[in-house]
Amino acid sequence: MSAATQAGAVKKKKKKYQGRIYVDRERCKGCGFCVEFCPFGALELETDYNAKGYHPPFLAHEDKCNGCDLCGLYCPDFAIFSEKIRVED
Amino acid sequence: MTTQVAEANTPINPVEPFLRMDRMPHIWCPGCGIGTTVNCFARALTSSGYDLDKVAIVSGIGCTGRVAGYLNLDSFHTTHGRAIPFATGLKLANPELKVVVYSGDGDLIAIGGNHLIHAARRNIDITVVCVNNMLYGMTGGQVGPATPNTAIASTAPYGAFEQPFNLPFLADSCGAVYVARWTSYHVRQMTRAMREAMAKPGFSFIEIVAPCPTLYQRRNRLGDGLDAMKYYKQRSTRKDGASTRDVDIDFQGDIVVGKFIDRERPTFLQAMNHRFTERLGSRYTPYPTGLED
Repeated sequence: MSAATQAGAVKKKKKKYQGRIYVDRERCKGCGFCVEFCPFGALELETDYNAKGYHPPFLAHEDKCNGCDLCGLYCPDFAIFSEKIRVED
Repeated sequence: MTTQVAEANTPINPVEPFLRMDRMPHIWCPGCGIGTTVNCFARALTSSGYDLDKVAIVSGIGCTGRVAGYLNLDSFHTTHGRAIPFATGLKLANPELKVVVYSGDGDLIAIGGNHLIHAARRNIDITVVCVNNMLYGMTGGQVGPATPNTAIASTAPYGAFEQPFNLPFLADSCGAVYVARWTSYHVRQMTRAMREAMAKPGFSFIEIVAPCPTLYQRRNRLGDGLDAMKYYKQRSTRKDGASTRDVDIDFQGDIVVGKFIDRERPTFLQAMNHRFTERLGSRYTPYPTGLED
């Protein structure tokens, strides 16, 4: 769907944006929505625990993230969001 | 709030200005879909650019009823099922307000069912967001009016056997001018639907199918919230303009999503002004409807 078309568009065009992820580790409840629905598969769950005993996500593949903020839209705990950073080409 | 060392110029989550951060973390279970819908609602408000002092949010009782307490808008947490009557009064007394009712299926359809059908019939200019988690979540997972047949609930250990409500059909047949259904998986579409519904004059109704991992998923052995989201992704088909008669949800069956109804009808205040002007002529001063500009 929209995720797939976005991924296709990024492959064809020259990448202009890079993403940066902000995670509030303590607010995360480890539901995994962000990891599952990231259109680029950029996120993974940590092996470490937060204070509540959940595994928060982290940006495992920095080059894949373009800051689309779909993770922020999915996160039910308002614990993650991303922002686009313009990259000079 | 956070133990992370915040950098001086760390940007804040775009949802945070819309939340009462002193009340976080919220009570919703891990994997619950309600937080996702709140994200979408916040984004819909951001992109539609309303004056937030003119937006009011009303909730009833239940897990979704907590939304009014968490959103940093003018809000009211009403008694069980009475979100729509409160919103009706709010809208009629202050027609310039954008009134959003944000509640669950048990609150809006069961206990407040009568208010829903009459607000839709009168075409009160409010937006109703109904988060459907298929049962009464907060009270322990009892059978609700949207529980699909054969689903196990705490008051139906052998599976529910009542005919559930088809919510879009109910809203459509009562006269709602905008009816849509999305699941918590469809975040972009849901955001757009909320924006359209708030801009639409008249009674608009959005059903959002959301997972209840603790009660619905666990009792029916369907995994956690993430498994529910994967199921929504696999089994939902978009049919805009589909007849609402055909959009029932069966237990773990296909979910038809989309915008089903988008039509024009005079709102309650417009109809009132029209009738009184027709009858009384210049002796009647039209009441503001909130739609004139």
